[in-house]
Amino acid sequence: MSLRASLARQGLDGVTLLVLPAALFIVALFIYPFLYGLVLSFEPKVGGWLANYAKFFSEPFLYTTISKTLLIAIPVTVLNVALSVPVALRVRLIAKPKLLTTILVIPITLGTVLVAEGMLNYMGPRGWFNRALLEFGLSSSPIRLIHNYWGVFLSLVITGFPFTFLLTLSYVTGVDPGLEQAGAMLGARSWDRFRTILLPLLVPGILITFCLSFVQAFSVFPSALLLGEPAGSTRVISIAAYTAAFEEYDASMASAIAMIMAAVQVAIVVALLAAQSLVYRGPAGGGKG
Amino acid sequence: MIRSQTAAERLWVWAVWLLVAFFIVNLLGLIATVVVNSFSTRWFTTWLPVGFTTRWYAAAWDEFQLGDVLITTFEVVGAVVVISGLLGVPAAYAMARREFRGKRFVMLLFLLPMVVPPITFGIPLATVLYKVGAAGSIWGVILANLVPTVPFVILVMIPFIQQIDPRMEAAARVFGAGTFRMFTNVLVPLLTPGILAALLLVLVRTIAMFELTFFTAGPTSQTLVVALYAAVSAAGVRAGQSVDAMAVVYMITTLAWLLLALRFVNPTQIVTRAKRA
Repeated sequence: MSLRASLARQGLDGVTLLVLPAALFIVALFIYPFLYGLVLSFEPKVGGWLANYAKFFSEPFLYTTISKTLLIAIPVTVLNVALSVPVALRVRLIAKPKLLTTILVIPITLGTVLVAEGMLNYMGPRGWFNRALLEFGLSSSPIRLIHNYWGVFLSLVITGFPFTFLLTLSYVTGVDPGLEQAGAMLGARSWDRFRTILLPLLVPGILITFCLSFVQAFSVFPSALLLGEPAGSTRVISIAAYTAAFEEYDASMASAIAMIMAAVQVAIVVALLAAQSLVYRGPAGGGKG
Repeated sequence: MIRSQTAAERLWVWAVWLLVAFFIVNLLGLIATVVVNSFSTRWFTTWLPVGFTTRWYAAAWDEFQLGDVLITTFEVVGAVVVISGLLGVPAAYAMARREFRGKRFVMLLFLLPMVVPPITFGIPLATVLYKVGAAGSIWGVILANLVPTVPFVILVMIPFIQQIDPRMEAAARVFGAGTFRMFTNVLVPLLTPGILAALLLVLVRTIAMFELTFFTAGPTSQTLVVALYAAVSAAGVRAGQSVDAMAVVYMITTLAWLLLALRFVNPTQIVTRAKRA
C-alpha cells in the first residue's frame, strides 16, 4: 500500500490539509503568545523567577484586584442567569421572538464603550433615569449610579443580560416541548413542570451559560475605567494588567497578571463543572440530541 | 398549548414581561440620550435640551479626524473579514468532512480563542506583536482581530457544510475537478448564504472589538471604537455633545451592518454558533 493510501485510511489527505493554515495561525497567534507570556512572567525585571508573582500576592493594591473583580463578576453573573431563565422560558412560547431578540442584541453589538457613554448621560445625576425617579417621587435626591461600583455593575447587566439570555434561549428552545406537555397532561402545575422536567434538562446548559457569562464579566475592562472608580472599588484585575503593560511598560509583570487572571477564570469554571458532576447526574446533552 | 391558570401563575407571567419591558425602556432611553445630546445646543436641568443644532457633527468630524478613523476602521474590518473567510472556510470544510487523528485537539484549538476573553490573551499577544514590530501598525491590529474571528468562521461554517450532500462533491470529482476547482465551482456557490452570514457576523463583531484593537493600535491605526473610548475617557476636554456626535456615527456604522446581518442570520447566532443541522 502506498504511503498516500495508508494516510488516506487515517483520514489524512489533501482535504484534511486545508485545516492547516487556520490551525497554524491559531498556534502562532494564540498558543505561542500565551506560552511566551507564561515564560516571560517568570523572567521579571528585577528579582528571582517568582518575583512577579511574589509582588502580586504581597501588595494589597495588586492582590485585592482579584477579590474586587470577583465581587463584581459573581453577583452580576448570578443575577443575569437568574433573570435569563424565566425570561427565556416565556420568550420560547411566543410565536415571533425576532423583534425582541433583535432589540436585545443591540447592546452586545454596540459594545461596552458605547454603553458606558450612554450610561454617563442617562444615569448621571441630571439624566433621564434620575429625573424620572424624582418626578415619580421614588427618591428625594438623585441616586449616584455612575463613577462607583453600581456603574460597573449596571453596565455589565446591560451588556451581559442579553448575552446570557440569548445563550439560555438557545438551550431552552432545544428542549422538546412534548415533554412539558406530557407533564401538563398528567396534571403538573407550571412550577412543578419547571422543577421536575425543565430544570433537570437545563442544568448542563445553564451551567455552561454561567461559565461563559462569568468569564465575560470577570474580564470587564473599559466600563470599569469609564463608569467605575478605577482607583478604588472597581480597580479590577484587567486594569492592573493594563497599567503594568501600557503605563509601567513592564511586560513581564503584565504577563504574570494575565496568567493569574486566566488561572482564576479556569479555577472557577473547573470548580463549577466539578460541582456539577458531584451533585448532578443527568443527560449531558440537555435534551438537544 | 399549555395555558397558565392560577392567579399566581398569571402574576408571574406579568412580572416577567414587566421586567423585560423595564430593561428595554432603559436600554432605549440610554441610546436616545446619546442621540438627543448630540443634537442639543445646551442641556442642563430640563427633560429636553434648550435648542437643537447639527453643528456638533461638523465639530466632531474635524476634532476627532473621523474621516481618517473611518477609513482605518473599514480597512481593518475589510481585511479581517476577507482573511478570516479565506482561512476559516477551508478549515471548516476539512473539519466537517474528514475524521482524522487529533481532530478533537484541533477543535479545542479553535474553541479556546472564542472562550478565553480577549483581555486575557490580548496582553501576551500585544507583547509578542510589539516584539516582532507588527503592533502599532494597521497589520498588528488586523492580526490581533483575526485571532477570535478565524475560529468563529470555522464554528459557524461547520454545520452549513455538513448540510451539503457529499455526493455533490463526489460528482465534481468524477468529472475531474481538483480540490480547488471543486471549491470555486461547486462549494462556494452552494455555501454563499452561510459564508455571507458568517462574514457579516465577523464584520459586526470586529467593528465593536475594543480590547484587542486598543492594545495593538498606534496613533495612525485607531479604529472607531478606540477613538470613541479615547474621547469618552478624556471627557471634559471636549464638549460632551461632540463626543456624543461621534458616538452616533459609531452607532450608525455598527447598527447598519447589524440590520444587514440580521436579514441572513438569527440574532441568537451572534452569541451562539449556528444550530446543529
